[in-house]
Amino acid sequence: MTRKQRRLALIGSGVAVLGVAAALVLSALKDSIVFFNSPTDIVEKHVAPGTRVRLGGLVQPGSVTRGDNLSVRFEVTDGNRAIPVTYTGILPDLFREGQGVVAEGTLDRGGSFRADNVLAKHDENYMPKEVADALKKQGHWQGDDEKKTSAVPKGRME
Amino acid sequence: MTPELGHYALVLALGLALVQATVPMWGARVRDPALMRVAVPTALAQFAFVAFAFAALTACYVTSDFSVLNVVENSHSAMPLLYKFTSVWGNHEGSMLLWVLILTFFGALVAAFGTNLPATLKASVLAVQSWIASAFFLFILLTSNPFLRLADAPMEGRDLNPILQDIGLAVHPPLLYLGYVGFSITFSFAAAALIDGRIEPAWARWVRPWTLAAWMCLTAGIAMGSYWAYYELGWGGWWFWDPVENASFMPWLAGTALLHSALVMEKRDALKVWTILLAVLAFSLSLIGTFLVRSGVLTSVHAFANDPARGVFILMILVLFIGGGLALFAWRAPLLKQGGLFAPISREGALVLNNLFLTVACGTVLFGTLFPLVLEAITGRKLSVGAPFFNLTFGPLMVALLVAVPFGPLLAWKRGDLVGVTQRLTAAFAIGVIGVAATFVFEGAKPVLAPFAVGLAFFVMAGALTDLAERTGLFRVAVGTALKRAAGLPRSAWGTAFAHFGLGVTLLGIVGEIGWSAEKIVSVKPGEVISLRHYDLSFDGVVPSQGPNYRELSAKFTVHRGGEVLGVLQPAKRSFASRQMTTTEAALMTRGVSQLYLSLGDPGPDGSIAVRLYHKPLVLLIWLGAVVMVAGGALSLSDRRLRVGAPKPAKRPAVLQPAE
Repeated sequence: MTRKQRRLALIGSGVAVLGVAAALVLSALKDSIVFFNSPTDIVEKHVAPGTRVRLGGLVQPGSVTRGDNLSVRFEVTDGNRAIPVTYTGILPDLFREGQGVVAEGTLDRGGSFRADNVLAKHDENYMPKEVADALKKQGHWQGDDEKKTSAVPKGRME
Repeated sequence: MTPELGHYALVLALGLALVQATVPMWGARVRDPALMRVAVPTALAQFAFVAFAFAALTACYVTSDFSVLNVVENSHSAMPLLYKFTSVWGNHEGSMLLWVLILTFFGALVAAFGTNLPATLKASVLAVQSWIASAFFLFILLTSNPFLRLADAPMEGRDLNPILQDIGLAVHPPLLYLGYVGFSITFSFAAAALIDGRIEPAWARWVRPWTLAAWMCLTAGIAMGSYWAYYELGWGGWWFWDPVENASFMPWLAGTALLHSALVMEKRDALKVWTILLAVLAFSLSLIGTFLVRSGVLTSVHAFANDPARGVFILMILVLFIGGGLALFAWRAPLLKQGGLFAPISREGALVLNNLFLTVACGTVLFGTLFPLVLEAITGRKLSVGAPFFNLTFGPLMVALLVAVPFGPLLAWKRGDLVGVTQRLTAAFAIGVIGVAATFVFEGAKPVLAPFAVGLAFFVMAGALTDLAERTGLFRVAVGTALKRAAGLPRSAWGTAFAHFGLGVTLLGIVGEIGWSAEKIVSVKPGEVISLRHYDLSFDGVVPSQGPNYRELSAKFTVHRGGEVLGVLQPAKRSFASRQMTTTEAALMTRGVSQLYLSLGDPGPDGSIAVRLYHKPLVLLIWLGAVVMVAGGALSLSDRRLRVGAPKPAKRPAVLQPAE
């Protein structure tokens, strides 16, 4: 085999693997991207029932009710609109009323959101970024600066 | 005084780094040995100063010096001593300090032990290493100073994020950084070779120990992180395709490719340009990882703070080094002469295939990780690319690679005999087929692909053993001779076999966990029994207790199997008053390599408590496989020809000698 043929074989196999990978990426992308929506987005953009979305916002204080067999209902709000959410299972440790949350699932015909996955943030200092941005958009965000200055003296008060 | 001294030591380290970044490089250009030798003492001193700064910060943590902002934000006087140590890097500033500590550590190692390197190469390598160090020293001093003081010190700290209060924090970040940052050395070697404009096969041999060491640490670090997430987060997942995980996984893929392509370069003087490019890419991916994790573009337990100034600064470092590295490559790589011819069916060909699959797989992971960020920047729409994307793209590419793994080491260099190799792999095929059949018989065809994946895992493992059997002549010659040959086999051959075997073990664990895990999420009252598979767990009640900085509520479950008591599982919830946070402590029971996993949810008003119970067959193999891979790396690293600072062969100068 000459150098030229060898190079062709190399390039050929490279292109083949890349082509397969590109095909895989494109086909997988269609089914596995999930858009993030705030409650306002859901209402205004008329998200179709059955479409998989991520819904983010704050858990409406006083909205959490627990039913049988670990079923939970709560509302997610961005201060402008609120969407009722149903979920069955164990909520994350940091799930709390008035705190940021991201629920993944689908909207049903009745306009409530059926979540199969609920994520809370990892740390009490930080809001999920998407939620923070969504709240900023609605003008319900207190801003980082205030948080930072209030963060430090907290130890002294205890 | 201590924080000021630490801060001052960092400034001095920056000064040294600037000297080391310029003087030896100039010395290498004008061939002045005195200037080139400057790099050795500066590299050692730089490490000493950074180590001092790190010790100073550690001292602030251990003594709970709440006049230091960083300590206030991440420590608590009641925290156990171990966590006071580990919280040094459980925050943004401290973790960057650990980053440069490891960076300068590697620089110092090259300075101290790289005695067999040509003087100009060594000077250039250390200079490039110092460019990176300078950039990160500036980053720390300008945007992330861990030694900031408070004028008015509080009495108590705000505690470390409870999720991080675990032994995992003592092990996972340092190991991961040793791997991540370890690739800086290969980057420096590549940049130095490009600046020199010439490169010999010996280059691959000099770089190999560093690449191998970094790769081992990264493998162990990723595996450790995965196990930590598995038991700490409370829902039994061990890999989430989270961008932060991908950030560590991409350098691993590129590093693995680099280890293999460097082999071709060392033995056959081929793939030089490609190997250099991979060396640049592996560290570039580490930098991208650092950017993703530390800039605040992502939200995760790893992202400690969102400060736009930091993001921009790291982005600048990223552009400078990745852009600079690639520009240098584009400019100088054409100077490197191509060597060694080989047929597509050959050891080289197999290694090229390995590289092709690993880099393309790495590319798909990179795409999936960056796609949401890029799309958001362009269109403003937020979206996430979930685990299915990665499973559907990365999975098939890895399956193709795994099928090829057993063939590689059996093929001859230059021109291989695929038919012959296939014949020698007959036994391995047979074992794979038996694996498929046995799985079908014992577990059934649900899920459909699982038996085939088990077969593939067996094939990979048996293939690794076949390689050893072939090399020692086992089953063909007397056992004594085979043993003698086994003892004489190069350690790197053992290393290859171990690493490939470990890959099979990990695959088996993954298949077991994904294919046959069972889960049950229920709410139980004291006295009730949960049954899963053959296990019955009776709930005996809850026990409250008090930890050093938390209150704990643990639930006691007795595990039975067919009337026999196997033991007690005690999962718990810990609430940390200082952060008003609760963590879940899962309880694990190991049976062979399978585990029972129990974690708690919320208690109900009627004395019931929600629990998650999983039975995870073969799950421990996922991490044991990684341990075997690391052992393979260690064996390979101990190979005589790679030994750092090994004396040159007496007969011929090492620089010009083709490897074997």
